[in-house]
Amino acid sequence: MAMRLPLPGREPAPLLPDDFERDLHVEHQLLNMGPSHPATHGTVKFLIELDGENIIDLDIQVGYLHRGFEKECESGTWYQAIPYPDRLNYNSAILANLGYVLAVEKLLGLELPERCQWLRTLGGELSRMGDHLTRCGAACLELAAMTPFLYGIEARELTWDLQEMLCGARVTSNYIRIGGVKHDLVPGFPEKCRDGIAKIRALLRDFDDVVTGNRIFVDRLRGTGVISKEDCLRWAVTGPIARSAGIPLDLRKQAPYLVYDQLDFDIPVGEVGDNYDRYLVCVEEMHQSLRIIEQCLAKLEKLGPGPVNTLDPRVRWPAKGRVFNRMEELIQQFKSVTEGPRVPAGEAYLAIESANGELGFYVVSDGSAVPVKVRCRPPSFINLPPMRKMLKGALLADLIPTFDFINMVGGECDR
Amino acid sequence: MENFGSPALRRLLEFFPSQVEATHAKLGDATAQVARASLLEIMRLLRDEPGLDFEMLTDVTAVDYLGQEPRFEIVYHLYSVKRNHRVRVNSRVPEQDPEIASLVPLWPSADWMEREVWDLYGIRFRGHPDLRRILLYEEFEGHPLRKDYPKEKRQPLVGPRN
Repeated sequence: MAMRLPLPGREPAPLLPDDFERDLHVEHQLLNMGPSHPATHGTVKFLIELDGENIIDLDIQVGYLHRGFEKECESGTWYQAIPYPDRLNYNSAILANLGYVLAVEKLLGLELPERCQWLRTLGGELSRMGDHLTRCGAACLELAAMTPFLYGIEARELTWDLQEMLCGARVTSNYIRIGGVKHDLVPGFPEKCRDGIAKIRALLRDFDDVVTGNRIFVDRLRGTGVISKEDCLRWAVTGPIARSAGIPLDLRKQAPYLVYDQLDFDIPVGEVGDNYDRYLVCVEEMHQSLRIIEQCLAKLEKLGPGPVNTLDPRVRWPAKGRVFNRMEELIQQFKSVTEGPRVPAGEAYLAIESANGELGFYVVSDGSAVPVKVRCRPPSFINLPPMRKMLKGALLADLIPTFDFINMVGGECDR
Repeated sequence: MENFGSPALRRLLEFFPSQVEATHAKLGDATAQVARASLLEIMRLLRDEPGLDFEMLTDVTAVDYLGQEPRFEIVYHLYSVKRNHRVRVNSRVPEQDPEIASLVPLWPSADWMEREVWDLYGIRFRGHPDLRRILLYEEFEGHPLRKDYPKEKRQPLVGPRN
């Protein structure tokens, strides 16, 4: 009699019938994979019930990187919370930054200068590139292909160099501010960016040559980790996973924010919903992001120099000359520095399309300078649980590419 | 009460005039405040009613309004891919009996999100198949996102279990 070791909170799975055509009869065993496994990127533990090499059931245990994001946000001012979203999805920090700031601006009802919106779009797309490159590159590494990983990481370095030039930091950017961005483009950025885009395109070509038709890669990805359209909806799965299953859901098109309604780009959609489709969708999205970046650069050059921050006194410091000479502005400066901006009472939910899917922020204010609630709707956390369904009955080896292309980022999943 | 041009609010007010306690559409977010006793049937209507088609339960979270009665508010965000519209459903839960119906029978995506709300706010979901802590460890005492849980309080988990 096989040993029964049910997963926590579950009924033990029924044993397979004793039929003699199966080559090997073994007892179910429980395998602990993680929290830090060399073949996964991300800190997560899988408790897998195995029959030989087949996954009978699995329990996904998250939370190893929980650091109290929401609690921390509730203890400072609205402004002081800006660096925290950067550290949620550290592959695409600007996007998380953007989601939080847009939600706060929705509460404030701010109008943004046009140049600022294009700068934010540019930064966000650079960030999305970095995220997709990490996902595709790391997936190759975990499927034992070192060279394409290095192509991917080299291209990601280029996007990070550009982000460094844009805002001074490579990974945790802290670029988007309430009512604007930290500063305008530095001189020479457009040239460097166009140069970077050309290099990234060349690297993507190399990556494509080595990986897309590679027999081992295709065999391990095609037909594994399949999810249907209906399941995507029921599990609220968004982002490249939903698109690979055939749902043309991209909030940049469905609910355009910033200037996405003025941009020309396409949404790639898959058919089967397996890992290979996810890979293809991600690669195509990178090409689309490069297109968007080029359009942003052209538009920014056309717009010419202009303000990148709102002049709204609720979130901006007054000009220094006025602070030194006028009472009103002096008081305003003092209040802004000591208290931080006050945000009108109310609740708001704003979702943007991050690299992983719908990244939503639900913010509640009571009219003071400190948030009542800052909820992050993390796509990593919500895209992860259907993995149990995707992998039931699959081979243990299928877990690796499936987890790679779900692209769970620990910082965002556990917050 | 007004429906603010939102098809979801209009249907809710038609079918559940007494269970919908308030509506608003501030900042463009259609919102219904509903009685917790009828949450499940209201959500079923929103999911199944033709013309509404909220296939996705996008988000579940809670807010602790310490000092108000009822103290907690559970906040649901629904999205319809087919119709490209959203609605927010809020429901209040008192401190003495922090319990509300689980939405796992309607949308499996509620599973982890409700576990998270249980973990961080201590609100139970009636009918949830597997209500365990998710972000924190089983030995953790209390629910840290409640406003009366001090931010500085530490509960390190040291050494091996048993």
